[in-house]
Amino acid sequence: MNSTVDALRATFGNAIGRGLESCGDTIVYVARESLLDAMTWLRDTPQQGYDYLVDVTAVEYRDRERPLELVYQLRSLPRGAELRVKVELDPRGDLTVDSIVPLWRGADWLERETFDMFGVSFRGHPDLRRILMWETYAEGYPLRKDFPLRGRFSRAEQVRQALAANPEAHYSMEELSIAAAYDELPADMRERLRRGERGKLPHSE
Amino acid sequence: MSKRTVELELATPGLDDRGQPVRVPLGVADAPDSTLPEPDLAGEHMLINLGPQHPATHGVLRLVVELDGETVVRVIPHLGYLHSGFEKLGEYRHYNQIIPLTDRTDYLSPMANNVGFALAAEKLMGIEITPRCTVLRVIACEMSRIISHMVWLGTTSIDLGAFTPFLWAFQERERIYNLQEMWTGARLTTSVTRVGGMMADIPDGFVEGLRHFTRTFPKTLAEIDRVLTRNAVWIGRTQGVGALTAAEAINHSLSGPMLRASGVPYDVRKDKPYLGYETYDFDVVVGEHGDVYDRYLVRLEECTQANRILEQALDRLPEGPINVADPRLILPPKSRAMNDMEAMIYHFKQVMEGVKAPVGEAYVGIENPKGELGNYLVSDGTAKPVRWRIRPPSFINLSALPKMAEGHLLSDLIAINASVDIVMGEVDR
Amino acid sequence: MKRVIETKAVSGQSPNYLLAKFQDLVDWAVNSSRANSLWPMPFGTACCAIEFMATAASRYDFARFGMERQAFSPRQADVLICAGRLPFKLAPVIRRIYDQMPQPKWVISMGACASTGGIFDNYAMVQGIDTIVPVDVYVPGCPPRPEGLLYGVLLLHKKIKGESLFDRVPRRAEQPLDERGLRLPPEQIDEISEPFGNSVHQFRSA
Repeated sequence: MNSTVDALRATFGNAIGRGLESCGDTIVYVARESLLDAMTWLRDTPQQGYDYLVDVTAVEYRDRERPLELVYQLRSLPRGAELRVKVELDPRGDLTVDSIVPLWRGADWLERETFDMFGVSFRGHPDLRRILMWETYAEGYPLRKDFPLRGRFSRAEQVRQALAANPEAHYSMEELSIAAAYDELPADMRERLRRGERGKLPHSE
Repeated sequence: MSKRTVELELATPGLDDRGQPVRVPLGVADAPDSTLPEPDLAGEHMLINLGPQHPATHGVLRLVVELDGETVVRVIPHLGYLHSGFEKLGEYRHYNQIIPLTDRTDYLSPMANNVGFALAAEKLMGIEITPRCTVLRVIACEMSRIISHMVWLGTTSIDLGAFTPFLWAFQERERIYNLQEMWTGARLTTSVTRVGGMMADIPDGFVEGLRHFTRTFPKTLAEIDRVLTRNAVWIGRTQGVGALTAAEAINHSLSGPMLRASGVPYDVRKDKPYLGYETYDFDVVVGEHGDVYDRYLVRLEECTQANRILEQALDRLPEGPINVADPRLILPPKSRAMNDMEAMIYHFKQVMEGVKAPVGEAYVGIENPKGELGNYLVSDGTAKPVRWRIRPPSFINLSALPKMAEGHLLSDLIAINASVDIVMGEVDR
Repeated sequence: MKRVIETKAVSGQSPNYLLAKFQDLVDWAVNSSRANSLWPMPFGTACCAIEFMATAASRYDFARFGMERQAFSPRQADVLICAGRLPFKLAPVIRRIYDQMPQPKWVISMGACASTGGIFDNYAMVQGIDTIVPVDVYVPGCPPRPEGLLYGVLLLHKKIKGESLFDRVPRRAEQPLDERGLRLPPEQIDEISEPFGNSVHQFRSA
């Protein structure tokens, strides 16, 4: 097993769950609250140097009792080492974790995709919205296990909803200005935007 | 993001005392005493929409571009127009049934995708493949690399105004297509691997055909090189466009030629070798400036390297079986399945129940033409995976497009987008 | 739809015979011109688009069949070639492109996915573009070989040559969406989209 797991445990203590090995890959479980700290540590500590984010995804098991797992695949380009970091979430509970976009820009679309497919929301993501399905998609999160393969609606209803979607839907200029000024926005407004109240200027409320 | 102030030549900001519209005098900069405030157009950005049906977006990519004059302020890619639910579908299919799906993700390099998935499934099941199969898979991967780069070269040269390389590139593709068809019966959707082996051994005449290809292909490459590499138009449109530094490329998780063009010598074939790539003699092609021109050079040179690997693989192709000797894993030949009771039972069980994988999970990344293609499989002990995740190289490479295009002109956006080498089947899956 | 022409009996003496001959001549001239200079609008999405490009490139070269000019604008196109799978997210796009094309217009559905949904019988995929736009020629295959597409084009030529300008029932009427926003009745769409073949043993709830 990768020595990183012990080093992580020495630094973060109880926040690090079990470490295990599967098919030669090292997996380590991290508590949801410490994810961002642990990732920062893994990236910035010279002995670790996990500078390359390979993938972000999630796994939900057929067994309903098992938690939904967020999977981060990390790699150290100089050392050639790999590590898989997992975070366990309750699929029927709150699916929120910290976004790692501040660490790796490459996580941007990967987290959006995970949100789109599993409904996991990432706190602090600059633009968390559906990426593959369209914005008004009403059937749910396709890769969840309770989502049927052919969708929830009848085919005719799916065709109707698809044809009713606006092919020209795009970000408004207001949204773009908000996105550009995101860092300077007041905290409450940022919170509103995060909840999905987009496209509204403050004075129009 | 730089904001420019644009001089407005003909505007009517109001009426003068005679009721005539006031005109901003031409050459405002020369008249500092003018009482009229210079109109600031920085707030008047324009949104234009490219795609999803647009010949220059390489598929059904849609780009909403915010322009200040002709300068790109921001690009917002809208994806998902080709989302086909591959990963969901994979959860309802046996491992061998997923292989035809992998053809259709990155349909420019189907054979390499087959190999990537088979390697992940074999890692999950702990299978050691035969020496002949290993070399055949290397041949499959490198043939894919050549045809994928040929499509890239052809379509990109059309985007930048050169039609001839498209025809040359597609002629080369047709020759590889003939070989693929010879081997698998299909030009495009090959499904050439199986878990634990190959769909079929190569037919008679394949080795000679491929040798003929490797002998003659460098001539076409040299022609393309002669037409483009020192072409003033080509250089003018690609050099210094869309450059990314090495640190930015790593931070954006880029992979493949995009990463190497920025000067990071990372190649999965060298750094995490699979299929015995460490025993082949080839060079990792690394760029310097990370711009569109370097990406072109990297891909062109990778074709030469792929050709070298093909020659070496043909030289060392060993005799022997292509499949592992495990009747629970590999379908028996049809003649035995019809005549031998035991073989028939194995056939029945594989077709009806599928091959069961042990509990566990495996990630295998391979160096696809587009970048690192990862296959992440999670098994709960049944014949169908709990989760089949594709790490899509061109999806992640495309996510750096807004960063690369910022501040360039609109026409450069086309060159930058082309240089990412996206294939929407894989971006949207 | 039956071809309706005023002529009751064709006889050498009837003035209608000459009229019918004249109409045939006009039809022949118009249809040959149309069929032999089709301007295709490639709506290429996935794998089939690659084979479409191969058909357009040097070896197969569909310019031989009068498709020299590819129209990348629907406003100047005769035949929409839907090459590749069509997810629901793309449905309003192809509908708009079809609506933008001028009459007369034809549609070729290239490949299994465009024709039936193919192997993608799931939440994301339209089960055949005929639930969205009317289709004239279906080309089977996954993907069809270039020869297959060329055969489809030749079939379309045949179909165009069989049309008549003088039909009472216009064959090429606009087919707008109804008030529900659908082209066909919902029951028909459900029926067309039923699973078949390899996927029959998977139920809706699966």
